[in-house]
Amino acid sequence: MPKSISLRRWLVAAVTGGALLTGAVQAQAKPPECIAPAKPGGGYDLTCRLAANGLQDAKLIDEPMMVSYMPGGIGAVAYNHVTGVRDDDPNLIVAASTGAALNLALGKFGQQHKVDDVRWLGALGVDYGAIVVRKDAPWQNLDELMKAMKQNPSSVVIGAGGTIGSQDWMKAALMAKADDVDPRKLRYVSFEGGGEALAALLGEHIQVFTGDLAELKPQLDSGEIRILAALSEERMGGPYADIPTAKEQGYDVEWPIWRGYYMGPNVSDAEYQKWADRLEQLSETESFAKLREGRGLFPMSKFGDDFHQYVTQQVADFTQLAKDVGLTQ
Amino acid sequence: MFDFLIQGFGVALTPLNLGLAFLGALLGTLFGALPGIGPINGIAILMPLAYTLGLPAESSLILLAGIYTGSEYGGRMSSILLNVPGDAGAVMTTLDGHPLAKKGLAGPALGLSAVSSFIGATVAILGLTLFAPLLAIVAVKFGPAEFFALMIFAFASMSAMMGKDPLKTLIGAVLGVLISTVGVDSGTGVLRFTFDMPELYDGIDFVVMIIGLFAVSEILLMLEHAFRHDQDGEMAPIGRVMVKLSEVLHCKWAILRSSVIGFVIGILPGTGASVASAVAYTTEKRISDHDNSFGTGNMRGLAAPEAANNASAAGSFVPMLTLGIPGSGTTAILLGALMLYNINPGPMMFREQPVVVGGLIASLYIGNVMLLLLNLPLAGVFARVLQVPRWLLVPSVAILAFVGVYQLHSDLMAIYLMLVIGVFGYLLRKFGFSLAPVVLGFVLGGLMEENLRRALSISGGDAAILWQSGLSIGLWVAAALVAFLPLVAGKLKAKFLPAAKAP
Repeated sequence: MPKSISLRRWLVAAVTGGALLTGAVQAQAKPPECIAPAKPGGGYDLTCRLAANGLQDAKLIDEPMMVSYMPGGIGAVAYNHVTGVRDDDPNLIVAASTGAALNLALGKFGQQHKVDDVRWLGALGVDYGAIVVRKDAPWQNLDELMKAMKQNPSSVVIGAGGTIGSQDWMKAALMAKADDVDPRKLRYVSFEGGGEALAALLGEHIQVFTGDLAELKPQLDSGEIRILAALSEERMGGPYADIPTAKEQGYDVEWPIWRGYYMGPNVSDAEYQKWADRLEQLSETESFAKLREGRGLFPMSKFGDDFHQYVTQQVADFTQLAKDVGLTQ
Repeated sequence: MFDFLIQGFGVALTPLNLGLAFLGALLGTLFGALPGIGPINGIAILMPLAYTLGLPAESSLILLAGIYTGSEYGGRMSSILLNVPGDAGAVMTTLDGHPLAKKGLAGPALGLSAVSSFIGATVAILGLTLFAPLLAIVAVKFGPAEFFALMIFAFASMSAMMGKDPLKTLIGAVLGVLISTVGVDSGTGVLRFTFDMPELYDGIDFVVMIIGLFAVSEILLMLEHAFRHDQDGEMAPIGRVMVKLSEVLHCKWAILRSSVIGFVIGILPGTGASVASAVAYTTEKRISDHDNSFGTGNMRGLAAPEAANNASAAGSFVPMLTLGIPGSGTTAILLGALMLYNINPGPMMFREQPVVVGGLIASLYIGNVMLLLLNLPLAGVFARVLQVPRWLLVPSVAILAFVGVYQLHSDLMAIYLMLVIGVFGYLLRKFGFSLAPVVLGFVLGGLMEENLRRALSISGGDAAILWQSGLSIGLWVAAALVAFLPLVAGKLKAKFLPAAKAP
């Protein structure tokens, strides 16, 4: 018996050692890497793949880009990691979106984290918020919906794929605020992702869905839904040409959802600029335009310092908005 | 009307696509068998590969769908052999699968589960082909109130599992519900039980939970035995390897019932294989467990969840292909894969992309046959895995799972959490708790809470919404029946049966 126990110990040690060794070998290679701060398969995953596939197709990187996942804290874990651990890694970019800017503004990444803690690199595309109802809804345009909401804010059931304080809720809250309705009086239902919210809209459980424009193309094509307003600066082209903006209907609300990246705070200027140029070059290629369209994104070109400024300003705006709609003091 | 299917078979039967379906089935079986990888991560790993290889959309969808269905087959392996579920849908498989392996029937258990999986998937694919558009309309009628009633029904069915110690089952389920509340509250965005650790904001990952509860606690138990010089392997030697036809026939009604249950639950967006297999198992226990042998190695107790989890995997394609709404976490990723190809799945897909839809459905038929042919002989091979001593096998599997989980989180916190949950699981087992109710409480509790609160936000706080629709009333009645009927029936039996027997 004692003999077999010592044998056991050796074998267990060997197995563990082998596993660790594999890990060490893996850690040595240094291809470009994109961290998706979420579980596989979500929007951040696709944002990483947009860069990975695009850069590879356009031959702007020598080695394929690795996509790794760091879920946790709606992106806060990755933010911690890049500001603290891999703060100067010149091969690492992290996927981000308007949602990350909103979370920074709301202090959800931890009060100690500020927008300037990382270097905002650039965005490869943008989608816009949309106010959606079923095809048989009583409201033909935004004005009719807003009038009903003004009369009795809790008479309209709004739903979307995020919690109170999320992007989807902000869209509804800003609409309400544009018409002097208290956002906290809205009847808002949060679902697990836009897909479930859309199902609830089609199943007549909710009446209004605050979704994203390009995501809704299949349902728009089939005529299941009616988009009352696009939350973009101006009308979008193609299949969306008939959808008026909220602005032209008299409600000054815009909600762009950009898809972009940031890098560690201590990455050198030269390396940062190299990546910014790469993304800019990529966004100009024709093959990428196709890829972007397939992902349901509209063009957006802001790179390097230009983009850093943009995100910084956006976070400042969101901080103010959060106060206005009563989310923070 | 079935033009798309004929066209689809034409696509799926090309050598390349047949090869990919086989590759997907094989890899899927492996991904499912390795705890910690599972279908979602398997697809996420291979999605970029398929794209980089420049495969056309239908081919890469065939590959990825093969992985999905294959992993539902593979998930049972470690459930049966090691008592460690390979993925979410395989938790219920441990209940009767592992006891069968302990009796020396690992081979037949694996074979039976392959056959049940095959039948479950076939029923569901037929359902998908014939009724997809119709079913999709019914599926969206299932709103938060109906989901809440479904969860009540699932919890009520769990009373069937209570067995010897109802109190411990109840406590286990409540513990699971408690653990499910960790993280950002889905309604208001408030943080609950996160102790300022951003790693806990998203709640506790399902994989972390099951690897910790099952695999880590298993190792701790083995360590304890080793220190006390006990015999820890109470495994019987491996007997016969093939499942007998009579055994399959014995389970035929269990398999068919569970296939239908699995398919229906699979169609509903937001629920998946774990809920399907739990409802199928508990329903089957109610119907056919006459001698209270469920949980001790009953063939039907193994067949039911296996048929259901495969049926639900195929069922979750219904809302994806007809409405563009994912029916499960895995189909959500498949949707993402299609978007890489500029295809937006949705109501128009049957008309606009008949090649892709037809090819996918046809490949589900073909892949399913392949999986059966692959898995029947493999049953014998995998059963021999048990000849590897457990003290080597379980730690190796656990290390694989650790590496897998680390890969997915890039963060040691997940590993520490897994270890803590492992100690918790070990204590639960020492105190005689069964782990399945804890896991079910964890899965169902989260869904139940979310849907209750959604329903109440829709109605503005009026609880009457919970029993307003016909669907939800039906579910409430069913829940009441499964919870109270056995009590009443038991009393009636006690009253009349002895009297009837007396001459």
